[in-house]
Amino acid sequence: MMKKISNIKKLNLIANTIRQDVVKMLHEAKSGHSAGAIGLADIYTALYFNVLYHDPKNPDWPDRDRHVLSNGHVCPVLYATLANAGYFPKEELMTLRKPGSRLQGHPHRGSLPGIENSSGPLGQGLSIAVGMALVSRAERKKWRVYCMVSDGEQQEGQVWEAAMLAAKHKLGNLTVIMDRNNIQIDGYTEEVMPIEPLADKYRAFGWHVIDVDGHNIKQIIDACNESRAVYERPTMIIAHTIPGKAVSFMEQRFEWHGKPPSKKDMEEALEELQNVRKLIEEEDI
Amino acid sequence: MKLIKNLFEPELLKPSRDGFGKALVELGEKSEDFWVLTADVSESTRTHWFAEQFPKMFVQVGVAEQNLAGVAAGIASCGKTVFISAYGVFSPGRNWDQVRVSICYNNVNVNLHASHTGLTVGPDGASHQALEDISITRCLPNMIVMSPCDMEEAKKAAHAAAENILPCYIRTSREKTPVFTTPETPFEIGKANVYRDGKDVAIFAHGVPVYESLKAAEKLKEKGIDAAVIDCHTIKPIDEKTILKYGKQCGLIVTVEEHQVNGGMGSAVAEVVAENNLCPMKIHGVYDKFCESGSAKELLHKYLLDAEGIEKVVEDSMKMKK
Repeated sequence: MMKKISNIKKLNLIANTIRQDVVKMLHEAKSGHSAGAIGLADIYTALYFNVLYHDPKNPDWPDRDRHVLSNGHVCPVLYATLANAGYFPKEELMTLRKPGSRLQGHPHRGSLPGIENSSGPLGQGLSIAVGMALVSRAERKKWRVYCMVSDGEQQEGQVWEAAMLAAKHKLGNLTVIMDRNNIQIDGYTEEVMPIEPLADKYRAFGWHVIDVDGHNIKQIIDACNESRAVYERPTMIIAHTIPGKAVSFMEQRFEWHGKPPSKKDMEEALEELQNVRKLIEEEDI
Repeated sequence: MKLIKNLFEPELLKPSRDGFGKALVELGEKSEDFWVLTADVSESTRTHWFAEQFPKMFVQVGVAEQNLAGVAAGIASCGKTVFISAYGVFSPGRNWDQVRVSICYNNVNVNLHASHTGLTVGPDGASHQALEDISITRCLPNMIVMSPCDMEEAKKAAHAAAENILPCYIRTSREKTPVFTTPETPFEIGKANVYRDGKDVAIFAHGVPVYESLKAAEKLKEKGIDAAVIDCHTIKPIDEKTILKYGKQCGLIVTVEEHQVNGGMGSAVAEVVAENNLCPMKIHGVYDKFCESGSAKELLHKYLLDAEGIEKVVEDSMKMKK
């Protein structure tokens, strides 16, 4: 089983590495979704290096926690996280979106170790996560399901069908993390199609809701731990994130939702991320 | 092929959905890794028999077919065999994207069952008559498509789907129809059943029209037309071997189905016929239209899908022979 890392400085350094990997991957692939993937580095670090019970050397371990990624377009961050956790060699990251690669443009179950579900069309992941949680519950297992969803996909009706079923079955073994980064392809979520008040909506649907800073790894871990102690309802962690976090020219810009960095963009981004890395290393924790 | 003794005096009239429902109970008794889900139609789909006996392995998702498909995919990805059951227009109609990605692209053992398909849905009218379900399922990679002809065959199809690791779609009917196959009649995915041999024309049918085609063949014989009748219960993978054999033997193929002529079993057969430059063929079914309310019997008659209609269509098609 993967050893859990609790040292926040170490985790922040891992998140920084994952960001740099994502920038390089997307540049190499020449297409893909930059801002969302980079913005999720802290959450993915928290999940795979602290929260989840899993074993990169035994990805099909029956009692592992399941991670379902619903908004598949952010998969570069999942791939980079899996590689850094040891699921497959890091060199393979540069094959993203290329013919013959195990790293498909959107995740494909069965291609790559550690991928629990194929995804791409939005709104489908939560249903899959609910199905898994029902099995764990029926068989009295301890493994939990952690599902990542986006804010834009809350506009899909299927999400709310799944939310109702999770509450009906009181799925305390289901933790969902929503990437609340406020952008979608066509613009800002509240302009394209308002989805607020999200916390009230999920509470009304019978969920336990926690708001966190999606770049504060300690808060993310604490919220996941809190969800484990809520037995009678599923938990929605609304993680407020900055799209493109730590790459200044990408931050908060919906234009960066669906495009890759050019060579110049990549060099600038990596320089910025190296500077951030130095600051993390100098932190006295 | 072992059919009932007095083929044209059937003792038992049952809807094929009953066979599916019975098979689920047998499967539940055999394995604890077997789950069934429905979307507010447990009685109509006959999944309520399973639900009564195995409540822990049964999930009622409410009127939410997209979620139905997704939840099933999640359960199946944990190594379970899952059946989801609803009306054809809703599943695989309403949830086609979920069937495509969550089920077929994930390649998990989720089997779809539709209880209300074809014209024989009857009085509910066009909105509920699934006439496009075969087109939209047979184009999906990994998916197997079956349309059993009676209750007995529906039971076998459900067992075959459970044993097969690929996703399957099973199409059954709500209408009571003659149970004319027997437990001894063979059933193998991808292998069509020849119920009547013939040398002038080969009728390929699936579902309710199979029995009607057998009746039509009797009448055609009186007119000097020797028709073979083939139960094409598996539409994907289509039984190329039997099509080639009967295309050569008869020199004319007529396909008959309660489905749009666009993309159904007829199209699947036509793909084989065209690629092999085989023989003339007629694709009979519903001709690119929404139908109407009426009893199953009235509608089959009006749209030339009962024995009388099939007889007429086959007779008319004979002039296509070279």
